[in-house]
Amino acid sequence: MSQSYDRGLIEDFGRWKEFSAGMWAWIFHKFTGWVLIGYLFTHVAVLSSATVSGEVYTQTLQSLESLLVVRVLEVGLLAVAAFHILNGIRLLFVDLGIGLEAQDKAFYAAMVATGVITIASIPTFLGGI
Amino acid sequence: MSTQIKERDTETESESSEESEHQTRRLSEKRERADMKERADNDLSEHDETVRLKVFRYDPEVEGKKDPRFDTFEVPFTKGMTVLDALIYARDHFDSSLTFRHSCRQAVCGSDALFVNGRQRLGCKTQMVDLEWPVRIEPLPHADVVKDLIVDMEHFYDQMESVEPYFQTNELPSGEEQRQSRENREKVKMSTRCIWCSACMSSCNVAAGDNEYLGPAAINKAYRFAMDEREGEDMKAHRLNIIEQEHGVWRCQTQFSCTEVCPKDIPLTEHIQELKREAVKSNLKFW
Ligand code: SF4
Ligand code: FES
Repeated sequence: MSQSYDRGLIEDFGRWKEFSAGMWAWIFHKFTGWVLIGYLFTHVAVLSSATVSGEVYTQTLQSLESLLVVRVLEVGLLAVAAFHILNGIRLLFVDLGIGLEAQDKAFYAAMVATGVITIASIPTFLGGI
Repeated sequence: MSTQIKERDTETESESSEESEHQTRRLSEKRERADMKERADNDLSEHDETVRLKVFRYDPEVEGKKDPRFDTFEVPFTKGMTVLDALIYARDHFDSSLTFRHSCRQAVCGSDALFVNGRQRLGCKTQMVDLEWPVRIEPLPHADVVKDLIVDMEHFYDQMESVEPYFQTNELPSGEEQRQSRENREKVKMSTRCIWCSACMSSCNVAAGDNEYLGPAAINKAYRFAMDEREGEDMKAHRLNIIEQEHGVWRCQTQFSCTEVCPKDIPLTEHIQELKREAVKSNLKFW
């Protein structure tokens, strides 16, 4: 074969505007998955302050919860978890071979539900700061 | 250089020499080209609608064409025009070096899968009116470009071959015919429609990242035979063995990209998922 030309990564991410529902679902599922793993580590780190003493744990949590960033991040975490769960259910159906024709609608439904849950949670998370 | 000029001199003088033959041919070719150009100009002025094509060009063998670029062609629009029609027009009237594969023009041979406006489509099955203009035409992504719109299909064919895409069985019926039940035929019907165009393979990000992954088309081909009851139990086990290897069905992450682009509307993801379940069922025995 003669020389060939490699168009590189740009051909994948450069065409994000043309991605289909399934593709977005795939990307978001990966992304939220990694975020949740990252959260797990911080979660363990915060929890481990309880091994020092009860007060330290309470203090750590109180000081964290007084920060606006943390509250906003919590909303984000909920959004990420909600999407991952809902899309996980969608994938479960895909694996069982049920309703594959509606997989794109299921993705949109997951997005909408995530949005609603997230917005509804804002008063709880951001209240009293 | 000097010889060339001399040649031209003699050419105009000596009518009966060998060169004159050359010349007449050259001249007629030139005339033909001029005719084509004229016809194109006519066409363009006659038609009030023209489509602008932006076509990916690349030729590693010609100095000055080694750098990939986009060429623009203005093609008169005719009713029912497909992307392939437009490309053929551009090649015949403007640039005979424009290279692309095509044969049947009716979505049967699978040679003209292209990346049109950011999506894998068959050139001959895509109507111009269904697209946003100007139309951008590129070779299939995730494959090596050989020239212009032509990609190297070797890898795709290798993957297709590796699933043994032919009927084989060790359970021959006693009668003369090897009959398939209507239900079974219905089951494999869609999967038999593949035209080996490679659009699905090109659209799959997993296949792009893992060169050994069988890819949607090959798995669909495997499905076509694994689900064929006439092949018998032994053969099915053999087929499932191929399918569930490391770079087989389990690589699929249900992106649905392949199903989205397949010009023959084969439910590829569905077939892959079904094979996954078959593989699990054949490995898990609770008794
Ligand atoms: S499965 Fe569809 S997209 Fe893939 S090669 Fe066959 S016809 Fe083309
Ligand atoms: S030319 Fe044969 S499939 Fe398009």
